[in-house]
Amino acid sequence: MSLVSDINDDFAAERRPSVSMGTAGDYFELLKPRVMSLVILTALVGLVMAPEPINPVIGFAAILAIAVGAGASGCLNMWWDADIDARMSRTSKRPIPAGSVTAGEALAFGITLSVGSVLFLGVVTNWFAAGFLAFTIFFYAVIYSMWLKRSTAQNIVIGGAAGAFPPMIGYAAVTGSVNLDSFVLFLIIFLWTPPHFWALALVKSGDYSAAGVPMLPVVRGAEHTRLQILLYTIVLVPIGIAPSFMGFGGIAYFVVSTLTGAAMLALAIKIYRTGDGEGANKAAMQMFGFSILYLLLLFAVLLAEHSFGFGAGMTRALSAFFGGAA
Amino acid sequence: MMAENGIRLTEEEQKRRRNRSVALGLVLGALVVLFFWVTVAKIGANIFKRPM
Repeated sequence: MSLVSDINDDFAAERRPSVSMGTAGDYFELLKPRVMSLVILTALVGLVMAPEPINPVIGFAAILAIAVGAGASGCLNMWWDADIDARMSRTSKRPIPAGSVTAGEALAFGITLSVGSVLFLGVVTNWFAAGFLAFTIFFYAVIYSMWLKRSTAQNIVIGGAAGAFPPMIGYAAVTGSVNLDSFVLFLIIFLWTPPHFWALALVKSGDYSAAGVPMLPVVRGAEHTRLQILLYTIVLVPIGIAPSFMGFGGIAYFVVSTLTGAAMLALAIKIYRTGDGEGANKAAMQMFGFSILYLLLLFAVLLAEHSFGFGAGMTRALSAFFGGAA
Repeated sequence: MMAENGIRLTEEEQKRRRNRSVALGLVLGALVVLFFWVTVAKIGANIFKRPM
């Protein structure tokens, strides 16, 4: 009897259904909170830049929907890329490879939040903004994660568009359309993404190579990547300053974007000139770290200028100055 | 907790399930509040115009 009982116990233990081990923190981590915080900031700038005011409650709800939509796309990305994440030191502790959340749970969570955030944004603001958010989620989860990431070295160049859309969605949430100003904000993030990620990829190229991800340093080598970082930074810096000359960035923005742009350029040159020599990784990580601060500062200053009303715009400020002097 | 013929959750599993339940409850509560205020904001001043 005891033998039968032992066998039954063993059988039951083997067939024990898996029980979810994820905590709320694990599910929150699936949303890529650091990316989400940048999305909140950039979408908020798009929102406050709109020519018409928005009810604060509606504005808050819109930003929440955009942030959750971005988080949902991050969750779907983690679901799809779990095999890659497990092989890379930087991502191996994410909830799915760590075993705290199953792939099925992550997929269900991502789809639920995607549908919920799009519907909520549509009901609260307008269906153009909701459609734009849906497209962004699709772009990141399907176009970037499922297609580009594993197939081309230009993955983050094209895929970077998904991360650059939030200011346009924020603007669309208020106006129901997009304009050139919001497109310039898109362009800043779009051009910022390659030098930002390639700086990290230079240091982590071994990881990407082991995981079979065709990042630029893996496919074209470090030297070509360093040149591309420099070229993208050369194009990024003037675009970063452009809001001052388009009337939606003030004096503070002009000063900050010029100074930080110069620092970005200096770091890109340093990476290029250091080459494979001593300090190459340090230079790349400096660029990676500073590029986050760069984008953060540009959008924080724009937000401050538009929120507190001292962002008259370079053109308006200069014309007012000269007009007043005449 | 434990069903007679079901599975017995370990202490860790119970702790994690409670953690998820509390978080889900808080999120649902926050959504109720958010939906209420969004409704008020959407209706605006018309909220006081009730047909007699």
